[in-house]
Amino acid sequence: MNATAESYVTEDGRTIGAPVMEMKNITLKFGGVTAISNISFDIREGEIRAIIGPNGAGKSSMLNVINGFYHPQEGEIWFHGEKRKPMKPYQIAQQGIARTFQNIALFKGMSTLDNIMTGRFTHMKTNMLMQAIWKGPAEREENLNRDIVEHVIDFLEIQAIRKTPVGRLPYGLQKRVELGRALAAQPKLLLLDEPMAGMNVEEKEDMSRFILDVNDEFGTTIALIEHDMGVVMDISDRVVVLDYGKKIGDGTPDEVRNNQDVIDAYLGVAHD
Amino acid sequence: MFYRESGDFKTTYAKDTQTFPIKLDRMGYYTILAIAFVVIPTMLVMNVGGGANYWTNAILLPFLIWAIASIGLNILVGYCGQLSLGSGGFMAVGAYASYKLMTSFPDLSIFIIVLLSGAITAGVGILFGLPSLRIKGFYLAVATLAAQFFLVWMFNKVQWFYNYSASGQISAPTRSVFGFEVTGATASAEAKYLFCLVLLVGVAWVARNLTRGRIGRSWMAIRDMDIAAEIIGVAPLKTKLSAFGISSFFIGIAGALFFAVYLGAAEVGEAFGIQKSFLLLFMVIIGGLGSIFGSIIGAAFMVLMPVLLKNIMVGQLNWATDIAAHFEFVFVGALIIIFLILEPHGLAQLWRLLKEKLRLWPFPH
Repeated sequence: MNATAESYVTEDGRTIGAPVMEMKNITLKFGGVTAISNISFDIREGEIRAIIGPNGAGKSSMLNVINGFYHPQEGEIWFHGEKRKPMKPYQIAQQGIARTFQNIALFKGMSTLDNIMTGRFTHMKTNMLMQAIWKGPAEREENLNRDIVEHVIDFLEIQAIRKTPVGRLPYGLQKRVELGRALAAQPKLLLLDEPMAGMNVEEKEDMSRFILDVNDEFGTTIALIEHDMGVVMDISDRVVVLDYGKKIGDGTPDEVRNNQDVIDAYLGVAHD
Repeated sequence: MFYRESGDFKTTYAKDTQTFPIKLDRMGYYTILAIAFVVIPTMLVMNVGGGANYWTNAILLPFLIWAIASIGLNILVGYCGQLSLGSGGFMAVGAYASYKLMTSFPDLSIFIIVLLSGAITAGVGILFGLPSLRIKGFYLAVATLAAQFFLVWMFNKVQWFYNYSASGQISAPTRSVFGFEVTGATASAEAKYLFCLVLLVGVAWVARNLTRGRIGRSWMAIRDMDIAAEIIGVAPLKTKLSAFGISSFFIGIAGALFFAVYLGAAEVGEAFGIQKSFLLLFMVIIGGLGSIFGSIIGAAFMVLMPVLLKNIMVGQLNWATDIAAHFEFVFVGALIIIFLILEPHGLAQLWRLLKEKLRLWPFPH
């Protein structure tokens, strides 16, 4: 793989394009604590990019920077070849970045269908007056978006729980609904924060399959944080490794696996 | 037996998301509309039982007007999750706005005046909703409490609002719709009733439409998990303010009706004090948070319960009126507490459970 090439084709035939998101020398501090120090990496179009590292390495902080929850003190974020101005999280969502959370963040009082329909929010445009009248534009728009949502529901195989309040669903399904909500937004970049945390082997396999299918069928660019090394090494195209807020490795799964700094970070190294 | 979904296949998304998906529900809804629009007005006109004015003033008008206000507050508290104790103040805004409009523009239709009063209240509601971006829950309730006291104080203090009248009261002049008087001393019971009923049906219909679609989902998203809502693209301040606006719009309409149609004359501290804010909050909680039907049934409960208790205690048991009045507080208070312990999701949830059972009856599963 040539890191400077505009695009290349993977072994399984997917085309990986130019970088869609570039993080340049990001530094994030909370008071005296430096959560992320001077990290640069990029996410290429159509790839599955994993961010790994031990607890407290700054992985989730990194996603929160991409999302706009945190604003880094130093560094630049480039999205689709443009330097991004400081933005609110909802403005970043409107640019086409969706995410799921480490701890499930579904809307507990709503049904599966409504949760996923909420994911279409940025694509729906009718104003309040049309909504109040309902008949006409609002209903048409609702049904068009319902169609897209039903495709997501089919894709994730959750037809049976369409009308169930999400609070009643088991954990694995809730994770799936949350993925569905992010997918319904048809994002350009999908961020997954530990999509497989707390799942059993079957659920992990299902989720891995969904992630690969999303990437393959819709060509969605995915950045994910995951602790299960087997899964990460299996499904990701490139991996960036963080430790104590610093980048210690970046490359294909094989490169990362053989990187001495990464091995030290995970297995520990004798300090003398 | 008849209450079934099976065999009733929905072939379009529109049919799948209709308000009453079960046929019997739809029939029940049309029946209630027919009774409300035809049977009750006919009875009022013919003065069946001789108490048309009593029924209208003691039950029908308060119920209709409080139901409108209750739908309004439910949008803010039940759908958007923003606790408000300023409803009494917002009703006062609607009342004084309608008074100023009625006296300034004598030719304007009362229908338009009521809607305009709602719009003015919406503006005031949005203004007092601004702190909601920074403060949540009980703290927001305290901030809206400030709105309640400030507004009541303002309507007492600034004489322009009551046209410098010596008594400090406002009283509604006679105004009509399609030639029928609905405000003032000579307005007939059935005209007042129908006017409020049309507005309630309109408000309920708009509220249902708003809560079923994009805007309603954004309100509920903010209520359930504001961080996740933001990540999907829901702008928190705009969404909260839209809930404050719509909610205050309905509450303002209710305030205008409460003053112009129901009371006829009002003094702000007495008619729109803090107890009205609490009464409205009780209606919403007892009826069911996040349910339009719950708002209506909650209003019915809180309006009917005192009348019923009074009739039993004074009419049947021959108690002294002052003792009955005090016991009324005790009973209503106890009922609220019992209710909240047994069914915290309100009457709407009880109704939902009943329907679940009905669908399977006579089988348990």
